[in-house]
Amino acid sequence: MLLGRKLGMTSIFSQTGEYIPCTVIEAGPCAVVQVRSKEKDGYTAVQIGFEDIPERKVSQPQIGHFKKSGVSPKRHLKEFRSDKVTLTPGEILTVDSILQKGDKVKVSGTSKGRGFQGVMKRHHFSGVGMSSHGQSDRQRHPGSIGSSSFPSRVFKGMRMAGRMGGTTISIRNLEVLDVMPEQNLLIIKGSIPGSINSIVEIVKL
Amino acid sequence: MSKILLVEQKYVQAATDFRNLKNESGKFEMPDFRPGDTVIIAVRVIEGEKERIQNFQGIVLARRGSGINATFRVRKISNGVGVERIFPLFSPIISGIEVIKRGSVRRAKLYYLRGMSERKIRAKTS
Repeated sequence: MLLGRKLGMTSIFSQTGEYIPCTVIEAGPCAVVQVRSKEKDGYTAVQIGFEDIPERKVSQPQIGHFKKSGVSPKRHLKEFRSDKVTLTPGEILTVDSILQKGDKVKVSGTSKGRGFQGVMKRHHFSGVGMSSHGQSDRQRHPGSIGSSSFPSRVFKGMRMAGRMGGTTISIRNLEVLDVMPEQNLLIIKGSIPGSINSIVEIVKL
Repeated sequence: MSKILLVEQKYVQAATDFRNLKNESGKFEMPDFRPGDTVIIAVRVIEGEKERIQNFQGIVLARRGSGINATFRVRKISNGVGVERIFPLFSPIISGIEVIKRGSVRRAKLYYLRGMSERKIRAKTS
């Protein structure tokens, strides 16, 4: 598991001439900040930190937390649940120590916020009716949202317009096309959730 | 952005190395060609197990893009039918680019050549 920053997309060529779209992630180095154990915390997990931050920007309790494992203060902390933990606090995780070419990974991130959107964009509705024959203002509407006297209410979970995006999205089975350890870069086939410079979690499957 | 450029550079280099490896006559040289030039593109065609080289000769209509995403567009007239192909500049299927005639044109994109007869194209690009 790793934390990374999405840098953007580009394309690369395979040896057979295929043009492959890919996403470049600056992944790690991450430090293991804390290990949660069954005895002490009731569950097992690893907390890892990504990106150094000056000590003056961190609160005193936080500094104590980092000191305990002997790592420098980090900007982003994230806990990953896992059944058996072999890592120890203070350990440094780099891209090339975890992933290699051909691996499958799961990438999670916060999707781009799109604000208040109608049903066509948000739920892929097809709109109502035609644009001619006197119909003037209903092209992007949801249509009927239920029947009449029975049940006399709108069912819960009815898909309607509203806030779209800005949620955590995971994509599984993404292929690692390349790892560039000198620059801590990870190249993944296809697109991943989130905007450029957003933080993503990478888990090896 | 610069780190993405680094990735592109690495793969541009990889593509160049791959071409050098495949080229029997030594190093692959990327000629400096412009729209209006007449070029021969050696394309590797893979048919099942076998691999052969097919040449595509025509006039460069346009170049676009930068880095690994750069492409160029070549047009030829084959049996009276205009044929246009877009090649990615660093595609591994290209095994050679040769400029056989320099053209002299004033535009960067020569899309106006499309409707013209061969004689008129000759007049326009020289």
